Amino acid sequence: MTLQARYDEVPLDTKERLFDEVRADIRFKDYLFGCYECGICVAACPSARFYDFSPRKIAQAAARQDLPMFYEQLNDDIWNCSQCFSCLRCPRGNNPGGLITIMREVAINNGLTSARQALEGYGRVVYKIMSTGTQVSPDMLQPNAFPDWGPHVQEISENLELWRRALPPDTMHTTSTAWYVTDQTLTELYLIWHMTGVMDMIKEVDAGLHMILSDVMEDLLDEAGYSAD
Amino acid sequence: MPIPLTVLDDRRLARDARGATTPPTEDIREKVFELEARGEWIVQRVPEPWVPVTTKYGRTKKIPVERSWHHKSCGQCGHIPGYSTSIFWLHRKLGLDYNDPTDQTSCTAWNYYASATSNVGAQAAVAMRNFGAAYESGYFPQIHCGTSYGHYKEVREELVEHADLRDEVRRICDKLGKPFVMPEEIVHYSEWVYAMRDEFARRKVLDLASIDVTVHPACHYHKLVVEDAIYDPDVYGGQRTAVVSAVVTALGANVKDYSTWFDCCGFGFRHILVQRDFTRSFATLRKIEVMREEANPDVVLTHDTGCVTTLDQSQFAARAHDRKVGVPVMSEAQFAALAMGAHPYRVAQLHWHNTEYRPLLEKMGIDWRERWREFEDDLERLKKDDKQFMTWEDADA
Repeated sequence: MTLQARYDEVPLDTKERLFDEVRADIRFKDYLFGCYECGICVAACPSARFYDFSPRKIAQAAARQDLPMFYEQLNDDIWNCSQCFSCLRCPRGNNPGGLITIMREVAINNGLTSARQALEGYGRVVYKIMSTGTQVSPDMLQPNAFPDWGPHVQEISENLELWRRALPPDTMHTTSTAWYVTDQTLTELYLIWHMTGVMDMIKEVDAGLHMILSDVMEDLLDEAGYSAD
Repeated sequence: MPIPLTVLDDRRLARDARGATTPPTEDIREKVFELEARGEWIVQRVPEPWVPVTTKYGRTKKIPVERSWHHKSCGQCGHIPGYSTSIFWLHRKLGLDYNDPTDQTSCTAWNYYASATSNVGAQAAVAMRNFGAAYESGYFPQIHCGTSYGHYKEVREELVEHADLRDEVRRICDKLGKPFVMPEEIVHYSEWVYAMRDEFARRKVLDLASIDVTVHPACHYHKLVVEDAIYDPDVYGGQRTAVVSAVVTALGANVKDYSTWFDCCGFGFRHILVQRDFTRSFATLRKIEVMREEANPDVVLTHDTGCVTTLDQSQFAARAHDRKVGVPVMSEAQFAALAMGAHPYRVAQLHWHNTEYRPLLEKMGIDWRERWREFEDDLERLKKDDKQFMTWEDADA
């Protein structure tokens, strides 16, 4: 029995193809220089304290091109990372958090089931940032979304419109976006999502969300004389 | 391949040749200017006047005093609006010219670090579109969010190193009709607060000598592209970033140390939104409880969106487990504004914060009951439609 018994049913070719996609990222060579196995990254890592997770293993698997371990991490580990980049304390100059950013992109691009599961419940946030240009909005502060933040969230949601009007900066009287963003700016953002392949990524991981986003973007892009395709 | 026996001596000699004060990293700004000289992009110069500050390896960084283009933060504007309002208020109090744009988008990095539903090209294009918008306005970017600041520095490195990426993003900017511009410096608002701290201290109206503060340095400020963050030999011997701590000291309050200062807050990007059990546990067990046990602060100050949110909001649920929590959290911008007489509700907007902060205000000498009554009067005027919105003039009335 090997240490990497999981995902034995997945062909090695598949694991190799996915690893090659990670290695082909332009950032890869700047994120990995080998590993002393000193564990400094693990000592600094918040996720390592609460999950069975190790940035050291991420660097080691990539450095050794250990395909079974890489594939296991791609499915079971990468979504535990906090992306705080405390692991950049690495005396070798590795960036395990950066490797994980790349691995997550590959997981999304390939529509891995584990990636879809990790992003369950997250679609509304992707929708918000891609369609409005701001990541969170005041009206997301709803008690059912943040029950662990206590009754204070209820108070905010009940007074939301009034409290936003009480803000001195003109740009912040909004409730459905963090600040006021012009339509021209949104059009430019939508073009970026289309021209860089991000819309294709969304299609791979959440076809329903892709359809909604396409509909939302279509009008502004049409008005500006651009085709959404 | 065996390691040559002379390798250690060779390295020492190389170090000696470079000199003891030579930074171990290259100065990316030199390459930014080289690319401008080759006609690859425009470099937006830091406007005069600027304040020289020292970064981690001793280089000088220029922090512009005014004509700032405020690259706002999603989480600050959306959920902690007193944070952004206080940054603007500090500029206004000093009579400084600034621009609060509506042609700015989020850096989108919170989503990128949470879901990876983006890529290098898109992230760089979003950054350069915003930089182009700032350049067109004639104002210089001052970035409110620590993650935007760290991410934009990553983007700058990627663009400098990869000609193909520059070509891709330049084509996109051309299509958008935006100039292809890289700022001379990438500046976080907390660097501006640090640079202006003595001006704030001169305008201080509260005695903060009895206020004990713990500081949480934001990960994406001092861990991402480390050589660009501000360090000062007078603050922890130059071993930790000086922003926030130096401001606390300048305002006459007391910085208290605690052992887990390097730990992140637990934000986690995706965790704060969909897996908050981790966030709550880390924020309370590794940060707030340790601070209380080792420093017993009156307030936690930090300089980023996610850190204020996480450290503040996570304490409510922890109370149900009888954890030792209950320390108010805010940004150093809000704290500095309060010290200079800003209204705790009209400006600092503390009613959006969760953990009990009123005892802190009392200790700072602020009559929060009277200030809340004033704010309730404001709300009544809005309810009656006497006014559509409160204004800056109302804020200082």
